[in-house]
Amino acid sequence: MTVENPSSLNPYDNLPAFDPGEPGSFSPEEREELLRRYYPDYRPDRKATLHVGPNKGEVLPDEVASILESRSILATEGLPAVPSSPDIEVDLLVIGGGGAGIMASIFAQEAGARVLMATKLRVGDSNTVMAEGGIQVALGEDDSPVQHFKDAYRGGHFTGDPELLSVLVREGPEVISWLVKKGVLFDRDPSGNLSLRKGGGTSRPRLISAKDYTGLEVVRVLKEDLLNSGVNIWEFSPAVELLQGPEGSCAGAVLRDVDNGSLKWVKANAVLLATGGAGRLHIGDFATSNHFGATGDGLVMAYRMGARLLNMESFQYHPTGVIYPSEMAGMLITEAVRGAGARMFNRDGKRFVQELETRDVVAASIIRECEEGRGVRTPSGHHGVYLDLTSIDREMGEGTVERRFPNIVKLMGKHQVDCTKQPILVYPTLHYQNGGIASDTSGHTQVEGLYVAGEASGGVHGKNRLMGNSLLEVFVYGRRVGVDAAREAMSRKPFSWHEVNLGHVDRFQRDLEKEFPGTSRPEAPILFPDYRKHPHPARS
Amino acid sequence: MIQVWINGKEWQVPEGLTMIQAMWHTGHEVIHGIGCLGGVCGACAAVYRMPGNFRLFNALACQTLVKEGMAFSLIASYPTQRAHYDIEQIPDAKEGLFTLYPESATCRNCNACTEVCPQGIDVRTSVWQAAFGDFKGVAETTMSCVMCGLCVSRCIAEMAPHEIALYARRAYGSRELPFPENLRQRMDSIEAGTYDEELVRLTRLSADQLKTECGAK
Ligand code: SF4
Ligand code: SF4
Ligand code: FES
Repeated sequence: MTVENPSSLNPYDNLPAFDPGEPGSFSPEEREELLRRYYPDYRPDRKATLHVGPNKGEVLPDEVASILESRSILATEGLPAVPSSPDIEVDLLVIGGGGAGIMASIFAQEAGARVLMATKLRVGDSNTVMAEGGIQVALGEDDSPVQHFKDAYRGGHFTGDPELLSVLVREGPEVISWLVKKGVLFDRDPSGNLSLRKGGGTSRPRLISAKDYTGLEVVRVLKEDLLNSGVNIWEFSPAVELLQGPEGSCAGAVLRDVDNGSLKWVKANAVLLATGGAGRLHIGDFATSNHFGATGDGLVMAYRMGARLLNMESFQYHPTGVIYPSEMAGMLITEAVRGAGARMFNRDGKRFVQELETRDVVAASIIRECEEGRGVRTPSGHHGVYLDLTSIDREMGEGTVERRFPNIVKLMGKHQVDCTKQPILVYPTLHYQNGGIASDTSGHTQVEGLYVAGEASGGVHGKNRLMGNSLLEVFVYGRRVGVDAAREAMSRKPFSWHEVNLGHVDRFQRDLEKEFPGTSRPEAPILFPDYRKHPHPARS
Repeated sequence: MIQVWINGKEWQVPEGLTMIQAMWHTGHEVIHGIGCLGGVCGACAAVYRMPGNFRLFNALACQTLVKEGMAFSLIASYPTQRAHYDIEQIPDAKEGLFTLYPESATCRNCNACTEVCPQGIDVRTSVWQAAFGDFKGVAETTMSCVMCGLCVSRCIAEMAPHEIALYARRAYGSRELPFPENLRQRMDSIEAGTYDEELVRLTRLSADQLKTECGAK
């Protein structure tokens, strides 16, 4: 690890004068060219072609291909025999305890299903709790769900699934209303309306938020209601493999208790994957804003069972992750600061992109500045650009930053950066998995009995997500898929434990051996990133 | 390199690491006591001492840099009493606090909770605000609470100030604040089917037509 000597290398020592002059906007051709050359998704390096499984032939980032074309962690010494009876039988097994998993569990229980929630860390440990910026919901007088639909579809570069999107925008207000009634405190304007703010890529102010603690505020409330709901909850019990039932359907899962290593066999009429994203794969060596457990476990298990994935080449690199001080690398500075008027400057103090461009364009522009030598060098040898919040206070009144972004001020302050007076050094950070497991509006994957909701799913956002639409997705689809999966689980034709097996894992491993003879494939799901053996470059 | 004590054992680690990173650096596997790594989930509560100082400090381990001579341990979970309730069904929100958390009126003003809070929350004030029924005040005072439970670990009245605050915030949002008018109106027009036809039309367009219709802001 690099030992820093802040006195000699402090990138704050020689700040340039910031020139407020606004940069021009890009023509469609320039945008396309910029993205093609600098956005990690479109660059040809560090990619692999899949040889096995439903997405065979697709070209994906190395790190994603490596977990998809992987061996079962149960197979190190040959697959274990299925025990004579399961440890528990339920209607619905929800895997994952973030926003989507909690919503699904609460609503499935309410629909009358016997629900087990299994989660890798604690309930609530997820990307949801970290969401700072807000939730998009079309409440403005000049706004409508239709306008929301159009913005989201355009923001996704016309690749999102229109059906999924129309459900998202239509059910958004209702699910927000449910949250408000549960006591979630979204910011209000003086007349008591939910305050609406601007986010990148949208045509109307549409973001509701709880200061910059939106995810935390929602999760605190949801977690309490889940714990009070009677849902059976197994924490520190990640799923390591799905179970196969009649005709290739999903029939449960194998969980591993991380404290004693024992396997728990769950028979379930339906399994809902709410396993979230994959930022901890550190695709392309990017730092990540994701929580510790974001290792894409659901993708791995679903893929082995034959569920097709969608847009898995597409990730969101949030433009403004902290790059210095290095112990904070990856931490996100919400886009809402740019909505409020924060500006970005390169090493020479020049603005280089309109700050409210879509996230991918802003990220690509920052990468371009750094690769073309106009970035600011950090003591650990990384590069970044300045994100200056002081213009917010100048334009909107002294104290605005402190009032609207208390969390950022607090976190940066702990590391001796007073962002009400000093710029923050930022570089894109791996933030969101745009793609995921393909599903319909009820969360059905291609495997019968297997459902998906939240970041683990693909389709809603297409190849680019606008700020605030993922949090909305988590709540809208968490609820909806929870209810639909519960209903179908309760009416599923009964099957016996004797019909349950790990045949799909066996088959997948044989396919792997055929395609990769003599090479040993990595094991997955990864479950926990290991920073002990491989200190990550951006974190070291 | 600096010297630190992790769970009572001495180690050498480079400067500039957080407590969690120092644990990784020395080969510890951290599974209990880790969550977001971003200072918002409260999983990583820690207690530490510095040499030559009698005081006991607390911190979030993912946000706190190790220093020469620091001795720290994670408190991955602190047992806490939590009330069972349905916020929409409580007959009287103010009285509800004393039914669910009768101890919330027993604060002895020691201020230990405020001193321990890694978020810098004036926890003692929030407890009094709750007891006096100023739930709006509680909401403002405790918005940044990460539910780490460190205040519980110190409270001499054996309260769980963060759970009390959660109740008060929820009661304020659910029972005291009027339902937002802009949300009500939008829900009404959605229920009346105002947008259905247009949304269905959009989903039935060809990809090219849809692109044209959605293309401009
Ligand atoms: S109020 Fe208590 S639980 Fe909340 S952050 Fe402070 S110490 Fe932690
Ligand atoms: S620690 Fe307990 S008794 Fe002391 S001030 Fe806080 S709430 Fe009151
Ligand atoms: S790991 Fe979430 S607050 Fe430290």
